[in-house]
Amino acid sequence: MALYSEKVMDHFRNPRNVGQIENADGVGEVGNPVCGDIMKIYLKIDGGVITDVKFETFGCGSAIASSSMATELIKGKPLSEALTLTNKAVTEALDGLPAHKLHCSVLAEEAIKAAVKDYYEKNGIAYDPKDFPASCDTCEHCH
Amino acid sequence: MELYLDCAATTKMSRRAIDAMLPYMEEVYGNPSSLYSKGQAAKEALEKARERVAACIGSTAREIYFTSGGSEADNQAIISAAANGAKKDKKHIISTAFEHHAVLHTLKKLEKQGYEVTYLPVGENGIVSVSDVENAIRSDTCLVTVMYANNEIGTIQPIREIGGVCRAKGVTFHTDAVQAAGHIPVDVVKDNIDMLSVSAHKFHGPKGVGALYVRQGVILNSLIEGGAQERGKRAGTENVAGIMGMTAALEDAVSEMDAAGKAIASSRDRLIAGLRSIPYSSLNGDEHKRLPGNVSFCFEGIEGESLLLMLDDLGISASSGSACTSGSLDPSHVLLAIGRVHEVAHGSLRLTTDRPLSDGEIAYTVNSVKGVVERLRAMSPLWHDLENGKRAHIFKEFEK
Repeated sequence: MALYSEKVMDHFRNPRNVGQIENADGVGEVGNPVCGDIMKIYLKIDGGVITDVKFETFGCGSAIASSSMATELIKGKPLSEALTLTNKAVTEALDGLPAHKLHCSVLAEEAIKAAVKDYYEKNGIAYDPKDFPASCDTCEHCH
Repeated sequence: MELYLDCAATTKMSRRAIDAMLPYMEEVYGNPSSLYSKGQAAKEALEKARERVAACIGSTAREIYFTSGGSEADNQAIISAAANGAKKDKKHIISTAFEHHAVLHTLKKLEKQGYEVTYLPVGENGIVSVSDVENAIRSDTCLVTVMYANNEIGTIQPIREIGGVCRAKGVTFHTDAVQAAGHIPVDVVKDNIDMLSVSAHKFHGPKGVGALYVRQGVILNSLIEGGAQERGKRAGTENVAGIMGMTAALEDAVSEMDAAGKAIASSRDRLIAGLRSIPYSSLNGDEHKRLPGNVSFCFEGIEGESLLLMLDDLGISASSGSACTSGSLDPSHVLLAIGRVHEVAHGSLRLTTDRPLSDGEIAYTVNSVKGVVERLRAMSPLWHDLENGKRAHIFKEFEK
């Protein structure tokens, strides 16, 4: 299907890191059912490093592929690095997304940030709010 | 298995339609407006085609105008009726909430020009009520436009009754019959229709050709200027080959309609019964008053585009009213019009056929959809919330 790159289709057909993590150290969920996409990221964190990550996504092909790619990009990385992951990096790693699908990569970035934020809050770790911009729920895109 | 289940989007051309076109590209290629014999031969075929198309819908040849397709026919019918209404200070139009965009966008344009449009609700079963139409008619109503059958959920509208109401009140009645013509019986006289749009590629004809029926006595304005073709109502050299293809395809569709329609409807009902075995699913639109080849479902907890991509991998071509498939942010206006909430409207699937499916094909389709829905639900946080009671289910576990 020419709508998506081979990379997107590969991650859609064989998504990496699907599932849940029992007793995850951080969980982030963004999006809503009205918009048609929800992403949930589970993190296992050890010594400031993401030792495991899983995702669940309700959404279109590019939403599933974006979450899958995003989890690959942060697995085994320190939190500080995960926080610098941009939607642009996710999109590039997927060899591009159609313009009207770019918000899927934004959701992936935000889901990871939300999970990290959850970890910080659960553990009473101070963080810079600037690293966590308002989530997608507040943007105009989602009514 | 390869299964093309998107016949409401377009159909494969029939061999007979292709064969009917070829001579008008290779031999009789003259311009019908030319006076030499090569031109006049094309003209003769064109006028014969007009008679043949007319016979398929119960009209006369002089009431048929060939167009570039259903959208042009819809545009011309509506814009013309609106302009002629305005001359008598009638600037109110009645339509429904779930028309095709060729109608809805034309109406939106007219609203910007000062027309008032009433969009009637279509109820949960996807059928507009005749009394709603009757009650909405005002002294300044110039047009009622209601589709013959819906393109997404296949529901068939009470066209004859609506036409009767309009005729009695002296209001022009247009119907977009793009999904109906060639699939269910359409008779413009018995159905009290003033204007009707058809599109060739929905019944195995070529793309880019259609027709507009306009009852004698109803004034039609042109949309495209530049020549005397189509009695001055549609300029541009006629798409003779396309028209010949459409004519052959429509004749075949109409002659096979009775027998084929029953068999297709029976296979549709078996497909519906099979898909109902998927928990938390629901058929969109009336179960019985629907096109013989239309099956439309919503599934909780999943998104339609993913469903289509996975079905495509299994050889099934289908469509969805999900926002993600259209490039817009909202799911299908049709599904919203029948009261589907956004979260289930995103998880819709339309399967449309032009032939009866075998038991094997039905089983393959049901199993494929079931498998894909299960796979997507397994990775859906929305589905998990529904399963663990964090969110309430919208559908019953089993509809029937």
